[in-house]
Amino acid sequence: MTARIGVVTFPGSLDDRDTQRAIRLAGAEPVALWHKDKDLHQVDAVVLPGGFSYGDYLRAGAISRFSPVMETVIEQARAGLPVLGICNGFQILTEAHLLPGGMLGNDHLHFICRDQKLRVENADTAWTVDYEQGQEIHIPLKNMDGRYVADQYTLDKLEAEGRVAFRYLDFNPNGSLNDIAGITNEAGNVVGLMPHPEHATEPLIGTGRTDGLPFFTSILKKLVTA
Amino acid sequence: MARVVVDVMLKPEILDPQGQAVQRALPRLGFEGISDVRQGKRFELEVDGPVDEAALARIHDLAESFLANTVIEDFTVRVDEVAEAAK
Repeated sequence: MTARIGVVTFPGSLDDRDTQRAIRLAGAEPVALWHKDKDLHQVDAVVLPGGFSYGDYLRAGAISRFSPVMETVIEQARAGLPVLGICNGFQILTEAHLLPGGMLGNDHLHFICRDQKLRVENADTAWTVDYEQGQEIHIPLKNMDGRYVADQYTLDKLEAEGRVAFRYLDFNPNGSLNDIAGITNEAGNVVGLMPHPEHATEPLIGTGRTDGLPFFTSILKKLVTA
Repeated sequence: MARVVVDVMLKPEILDPQGQAVQRALPRLGFEGISDVRQGKRFELEVDGPVDEAALARIHDLAESFLANTVIEDFTVRVDEVAEAAK
């Protein structure tokens, strides 16, 4: 039996189907979860996908964070359920305070879409064990509100504890402090990042590489050997 | 009915590129002498019933948990006296 990984669809989610496909490619079973349904249907992990849930009204992720499904996700994430937030999912995780800091509009005020080079700074989380520490990867980035901000105390703490999971290399696409592309919680079960690993899982599309696939094989390995 | 206004601003230490873009446009429009602009959000809440201490406390909680993200933003809550006086 393989692992069941839930993918939440919010009104305005865009990448839920791509994420399900990436999960299937990695060898796990994707399970569609609905924002109005509190029940996580016995999944072993949850991905909050990219998109513009609730049109980014108020703040990106601010309204989705109060959806029924998130009540259960927040409760279970605190108890150890692996949760990955990609792009809008990362924004939802900061709004839910499962990850520290916040997300604001890109410093250049434009939408950005590019192949982005990243360094994996923490290969010990539930979602990154299949990477090498320090590995450089290329995955697509596409967002409006990608600027990661936090107060100096939080930044220092994240850096000291190795909780910056991914860092932008060569080019900071949005003004994120410390070039932060993604972070993890203390326990390593909750990870969020702005770039889109689910769009880099097949050689035919995206960057032409499969640098994003290890996110999904990592969690599978973690769940199956657990 | 009474109106309560919640103003939300980015914390002072956080870069506000929108405010900067506005500020940079000012000299072109003939407005000199404005050294900084910061842009925020204003919520006008029409409240049923009296705006007493309990109602204001509830709105404060709403602002703190939802209208503002206090990780990155500050907020103020006040009763709109002008709207009150006009009645």
